[in-house]
Amino acid sequence: MPLADTGHAGAARGAANAAFALPPWAIRAVSLAGLALFWWALSLIKADPMVLPGPQIVLPRLLEEAQHGPLWQHLGITLWRVVQAFTLAMSLGLVLGVLMGLLPALNRWLDPWLVFFLNLPALVVIVLCFLWIGLNEVAAVVAVAINKIPLVTAMMREGARALSGQLSDMAQVFGMSRMARLRHILLPQLAPHLASTARSGLSLIWKIVLVVEFLGRGQGIGFRIHLHFQMFDVTMVMVYALSFIAVMLLIETLILQPIEARARRWRGA
Amino acid sequence: MSLSVAIRAKRFGPALVLRDMVFQVARGEVLAVRGPSGVGKSTLLRIIAGLDSGFDGQVRRHGRLAMVFQEPTLLPWRSARDNLRLTTGVDAAQAEAALARVGLSGKGALYPGQLSLGQQRRLSLARAYAARPDILLLDEPFVSLDADLVEDMLTLTESVIVEQRPATVFVTHAQAEADRLATRQMVLTLAADRGGVREGAGVRG
Repeated sequence: MPLADTGHAGAARGAANAAFALPPWAIRAVSLAGLALFWWALSLIKADPMVLPGPQIVLPRLLEEAQHGPLWQHLGITLWRVVQAFTLAMSLGLVLGVLMGLLPALNRWLDPWLVFFLNLPALVVIVLCFLWIGLNEVAAVVAVAINKIPLVTAMMREGARALSGQLSDMAQVFGMSRMARLRHILLPQLAPHLASTARSGLSLIWKIVLVVEFLGRGQGIGFRIHLHFQMFDVTMVMVYALSFIAVMLLIETLILQPIEARARRWRGA
Repeated sequence: MSLSVAIRAKRFGPALVLRDMVFQVARGEVLAVRGPSGVGKSTLLRIIAGLDSGFDGQVRRHGRLAMVFQEPTLLPWRSARDNLRLTTGVDAAQAEAALARVGLSGKGALYPGQLSLGQQRRLSLARAYAARPDILLLDEPFVSLDADLVEDMLTLTESVIVEQRPATVFVTHAQAEADRLATRQMVLTLAADRGGVREGAGVRG
């Protein structure tokens, strides 16, 4: 009975695969543990904790800084700057990008501006904002937003260009209201672009916020990194960098991924 | 008259696509518009639907408008029921009744992607039905369907038209479909002697 044998072997292999199939969160955890292991191996090879401290040195300092140090205060300040700049950049970029995608005439006028701002170095924007606006919060948030708006605009323009003409015709013939068209026709089509823009945007924004804080603010993760950089304290530089990466991983897992999954629900159905 | 159309000229750039067309469609009438591909049938229907206003002439529409497109043209991110509710403004019970009318009872919670092509076409017809239109526009709604499905959809469309009696304009290239549904027929032809000018001709019945 060769056929039955094959079937049996196939079933056994399927069962073995099922046993090895980990849930997504477990794969994430194992993958992160692997990264820590890689880091630990590198620190062993270097064998100089002043240059590359391993996780066994950095993690206890991280806990100590969280319990007794000013970690939370600086984390909160940086996060607040990220939220403000993110909101500003996403909303302005969304409106600009959709308008440019839908109105070719406007696009012809604004495209050179977009290319200009896309290629304006982040550092130049930051320095100029500090010089023109002053060493204050407004300058910090505006500098970050200006760095991010062109990218959001370019990505949302692509989204708007891919909008279905058939669906908007249908909406017009059936006399759907403006609000209904926005909610049920425009936004669902833009949702995948919004989601990927938000994810790439968030990581870029926090990196730029750090540079801003490094250069001209007296609080925040970037400021702490600057401080410890001047004291050649590699461990503390890593403590502050790691703490914020952890926060971003949490935001990604608890906020962005669920929103994206909800927006894509109909595709899997 | 539910629908009066008077088009003096419709051009795409230098090309004259439609000219000198005058006709009316009353409630309960079905006007079939036939002609070869590229003759301007869909352009005419877009003008009637108000989707193309770049022409010389006038179109008067009285009452609610509904259209069945060549493609089902559904919102893939909304359920079948919501596709009817959000587009036509009917409530859930009316949406359910419209689904039942086209044989989609119990499918209200499914997304269009979970329906077969035939079911998506029925949903598209149900949407036009739910809108209770005074004017119904059909843009080759049976093109690229296999014969059984065409027969199903023809029967269903026919019964919906008999029931609601809208003024219907039915664009098709199939003589048999036109004969089946239409009370009047119009054939668009290429006038070769005028260098590609199309004109309406042969209004019958």
